[in-house]
Amino acid sequence: MNNLLAGILPQSGGLEASGSGKYTLAMGVLALLSVLGVAAGVHSLIAGHEHTFGVSRGVPWGILIAAYVFFVVTSTGLCIVSSVGHVFGFENFNPIAKRAVFLSIATIVAGFLVIAFEIENSWRMPVGNVIGANLTSNIWWMGTLYGAYLFFMMIEFVMLQKEQHKAATGFGLAGLLTGVAAHSNLGAVFGLLNGREFWHGPYMPIYFITSAAMSGCVAIIFFTIIAYKANGWKMSEGMKKSMESVAKMGALMMAIIIFFTCWKMISGVTGNPPGKYETIMTLLTGSYALNFWVGEVLLGMVIPFAIILVVRGRNINALFVAALAGMVGIFVMRYDLVIVGQLVPSYHGMGLVDYPELLSYAPTLHEYLVVLGGVAFCGLFFLMGEKLFRGHVAEHS
Amino acid sequence: MKIDDLEKTTSEDLGVLPSVVRRNILKLGLVVTGMYLGGSILSLTSVRNVYGAGVVPEVGKYPYNPHYSMVIREKLCIDCEQCKEACVKTNHVPAYGFRTTILEKRRSLGGEKFETTFMPVLCNHCNRPPCVRVCPTTATWKDEKTGIVTMNPGRCIGCKTCMTACPYNARYFKEETRAVDKCDFCFESRLSKGQTTTACVEACPADVRVFGNLADPKSRVFKLVHAPETMIWVLRPETGAIPNIYYINS
Repeated sequence: MNNLLAGILPQSGGLEASGSGKYTLAMGVLALLSVLGVAAGVHSLIAGHEHTFGVSRGVPWGILIAAYVFFVVTSTGLCIVSSVGHVFGFENFNPIAKRAVFLSIATIVAGFLVIAFEIENSWRMPVGNVIGANLTSNIWWMGTLYGAYLFFMMIEFVMLQKEQHKAATGFGLAGLLTGVAAHSNLGAVFGLLNGREFWHGPYMPIYFITSAAMSGCVAIIFFTIIAYKANGWKMSEGMKKSMESVAKMGALMMAIIIFFTCWKMISGVTGNPPGKYETIMTLLTGSYALNFWVGEVLLGMVIPFAIILVVRGRNINALFVAALAGMVGIFVMRYDLVIVGQLVPSYHGMGLVDYPELLSYAPTLHEYLVVLGGVAFCGLFFLMGEKLFRGHVAEHS
Repeated sequence: MKIDDLEKTTSEDLGVLPSVVRRNILKLGLVVTGMYLGGSILSLTSVRNVYGAGVVPEVGKYPYNPHYSMVIREKLCIDCEQCKEACVKTNHVPAYGFRTTILEKRRSLGGEKFETTFMPVLCNHCNRPPCVRVCPTTATWKDEKTGIVTMNPGRCIGCKTCMTACPYNARYFKEETRAVDKCDFCFESRLSKGQTTTACVEACPADVRVFGNLADPKSRVFKLVHAPETMIWVLRPETGAIPNIYYINS
């Protein structure tokens, strides 16, 4: 084991993380939050979601699914961003590649941690998924492909550490392809539900992949700048150039997402399509309008897009603000997508008495704690990675 | 052509036409008229029979035998909820869940008057069930013999995708079995033990719910959905799930 690790862990060179009290404190707090999240999750499994979660018969998917989607979107995005450099050979993207691969593993593991508590009997999965494999189920494909994806990304990371670039590129490509397939299947989990008008259609898989690319750009800028600021490292010219390129790619993706969102909204309002119209109006003017306009539009799209354009991707502090706004905004996008899509009840529009026009959902403390635990776990992973892998410095940057 | 030349041409009036040509023209005229006339007559005939054409399978074309289905005679329901009680008792349904419930519809009759109809709902045991397609572990499936959408609680991982996929809100998560629970037409509690009907049907004092084998022309469900002058509909047909719970207005 020690030999294996010695082959992967860089012994010298790179950037040395400050082993100060601040680092220990941050690690301690994140570890505590992770444990708290796991404890809340375990308690909810024992006590039952009925008593601990805000989910219901009408709204069976809550903030944990949203957080899972957020994590795997980010993971797929990080994989896409990393592959731009060392799979497709755009050199400007090389300096961020190692960190992106590492974080794509960290985020997907955090995603798995969160969904393990959303799925009430996750221990039945290993056997059930094999002996009961359902090839028409998108969720089966999503789970299976994400499993393979995690495997490929881990091998890719090891190969990168061992400087075996040919193998790393091969596994990187395999990871990218399975990641994209897995992620579009996650989109299809929503998109192929005929009874849910807000989700139904080819839009979801397409939107998921595009927003993954956007999330990946935002996430790598966010984490890279934190790593450099927190450790007092000086950013090399290559890294600065890389940040600029990633930011510009991110801005392009945001432009596409803005375009997609405009037409999604317009098509949902025009001609009042039953079921869809009510959902869109909930976002535009209803109880989720604050989430939509401030969270999704301002934080998730307009602010980061405008900042990147104004500073042309060159001002690191401004980029950090853009990335922070983007991360928060993207989380709100996932939350709205999952929750609002379930709010229109099954028998809407039938003239029923004592039947809600819209269902409601609010996360409980247990749910918040599990999500916070997942975020903290991802942060913990990230901090450890910076220290162990010496700032993920690529040899030729 | 000059007037002199015209005088030399032969006349084309009816007198010189060969009778074969005349007959052919007449025939063609009759065919065209007949086509239009026939079409008009068809369009004038009653379309009452067309009502059920979309939702009830054609006679003899049932994917299962017995093809279990239920006919709900909506107008007779008085919301006494005895069906719900019987279901809870028979299938051990917890207080926070239901396999079947009754919804209330209200229609204005003008002025202060309203007409209230009660609409019992349950699993539609769809021919193309969305819940079955999405289940990652085949913990739920359509029984090959009876067409009943069945659950294996031990296989359910609790991802709740079937609950989001169901257009009828027919599924809930049962904490006691740690699995999604749903109506199985009382297969486990009654049909498999030799009984021929469901608990809700047996309990209904108004004979609202009729259960049986749609593939059997002698069954009551068959007769009801194939009765003349009957309006038959299903819930949410637009989802393409092809439900097997029929609602009729008689």
